[in-house]
Amino acid sequence: MEKRPISFYVLAAFFCLFVLFLYGPTITIGILSFQGPQGGLTFPMRGVSVHWFRDLFQEQAVGDIWGAFRRSLGLGLMVMVTTVVVSVMAGLAFRKRFVGSGLLFYVAITSLVIPSILISLGIGLIFNQLGLKVHWATSGFGAQLTWTLPFGLLIMFAVFNRFDKSYEEAARDQGATSWQTIRHVVLPIIAPSLIGVALFGFTLSYDEFARTLLTAGSYNTLPLEVFGMTTNVTSPVIYALGTLTTLFSFAIIGVFLLGAWVMAKRRARLGSDAGKGV
Amino acid sequence: MANSVTDMAGDAPPAQPAPAKRAGRKLSPDVLGWLQAAPLSVVMIGFLLAPIVMIVIVSFWGATEFSIYPDFQLDNYAFLFGSEVTYRVFFATFKYAAITWALTLAIGFTVAYFLAFHVRSQTMQIALFLLCTIPFWTSNIIRMISWIPFLGRNGIANSTLIDWGLIDEPLEWLLYSDFSVILAFVHLYTLFMVVPIFNTMMRIDGSLLEAARDNGASGFQTLRHVILPLTKPGIMIGTIFVVTLVMGDFITVRFMSGSQRANVGRLISNDISLLQYPSAAATAVILLLTVLMVIGILLRFVNIRKEL
Repeated sequence: MEKRPISFYVLAAFFCLFVLFLYGPTITIGILSFQGPQGGLTFPMRGVSVHWFRDLFQEQAVGDIWGAFRRSLGLGLMVMVTTVVVSVMAGLAFRKRFVGSGLLFYVAITSLVIPSILISLGIGLIFNQLGLKVHWATSGFGAQLTWTLPFGLLIMFAVFNRFDKSYEEAARDQGATSWQTIRHVVLPIIAPSLIGVALFGFTLSYDEFARTLLTAGSYNTLPLEVFGMTTNVTSPVIYALGTLTTLFSFAIIGVFLLGAWVMAKRRARLGSDAGKGV
Repeated sequence: MANSVTDMAGDAPPAQPAPAKRAGRKLSPDVLGWLQAAPLSVVMIGFLLAPIVMIVIVSFWGATEFSIYPDFQLDNYAFLFGSEVTYRVFFATFKYAAITWALTLAIGFTVAYFLAFHVRSQTMQIALFLLCTIPFWTSNIIRMISWIPFLGRNGIANSTLIDWGLIDEPLEWLLYSDFSVILAFVHLYTLFMVVPIFNTMMRIDGSLLEAARDNGASGFQTLRHVILPLTKPGIMIGTIFVVTLVMGDFITVRFMSGSQRANVGRLISNDISLLQYPSAAATAVILLLTVLMVIGILLRFVNIRKEL
């Protein structure tokens, strides 16, 4: 191996600083959430305790965070499943040209770049004028889909751009119907990427704030609850909550990545035809 | 616009000549395509296009202190364009977008360049890339909150600087200022630059770099004349993300400035909290047009679908 140039070490140092910049603050509140009962929002630590975590489990101290967590979890799962199904269908549609495909593509891009507050405001106004009540599972659900679906669609584009069509042709040559081709050839090949789409769907929903703000109704999702806390909670309990949700996010990401890794391993071992198309 | 739409559609992988279709399965490609795209279209119509139409309609309505009523008046726009605040706030919005763009581009490009061309093992590349993207899947609000112990009056930054003897008194502009707003933007959105730039860099043919070196180009010349031009599409996609996220933001500015700074998003959210929906809608329409104009210009430089 050739010797590394000096620029490597400079860039490596820069990269380390960047990672520190990314994670430093999160780690800091992780440490500060173990403040002693007398401790404040910044260093120094006044003892070490799990006092603030215990506070989280006493409803009256911090509002309804567990209800908010359950709602966010449920909504995240709803959005995840919908995002995977709708993105795959749309991804299949976009492989061929159809009347209006260009227009629909631009609409999806608009959905991605539109300022979130417009979605919030517009959906809020529609429900208001129709005399409907906004609720996280209806208006909130739709609002979040406008954010997760474009990501899912873009991932599907990336997947199908790399898709080897000869597998499909082989299936068709051997007499498979188009549904059989999709079910037994296309879907197994793209399955690992669907884990990625699911990861985007769940986490983007679980953390979504701006589009849910006016569309969640009287029952808050977790990010809305956390934001509410920032204005009236001035103790490390908010760090404890931040630490817990971040750990939960890490766990979710870990599960998804592990799933993708296991799937890749199993394929490599079984030497299935399907794996080679990925 | 119509022209570019056809161009985009033309980039779809050409329909395969369908071999020997069996009887009873003769859906035309258009019908099949529309069936498959129907769920996406329904969501987009119901929760994107209808809300936009609603906002445009309501922007012409009138409002009392407690309610809004259907009308056709231009008062909301007249007030918006007649107010000096509007111009100041739009200027601030562009300022945040421009500064954040420059910083995220510089940092994102450097990080992506390091990952793509200096990290040699692929496993390491993937691991480091994941390390950069994981925060994207965690909560933005928590990530904003986590700056407080750093930047506050008695925060880590101030106490460290005082310990080192660099300053005598805590710096007041670290938190609740333009500085903290931009810092948070950079912190939240640099990922959106790293990912697309890294993606395009990974597709650069290694032989091009070798050719440049064989012809005597220095590392910097290769970077400037080979890598940079080839990375432009990734830079454009990252730019679209960062610029639109910053221009449409209202929460980062509110939180990180302690409500002391304003951008267009906050103007809208303030009107909403005062139940002045028509006026919020008018501002939203102008913001949307501005953002779409910026995107329209940027899309001229890149074909998103080809670059994925």
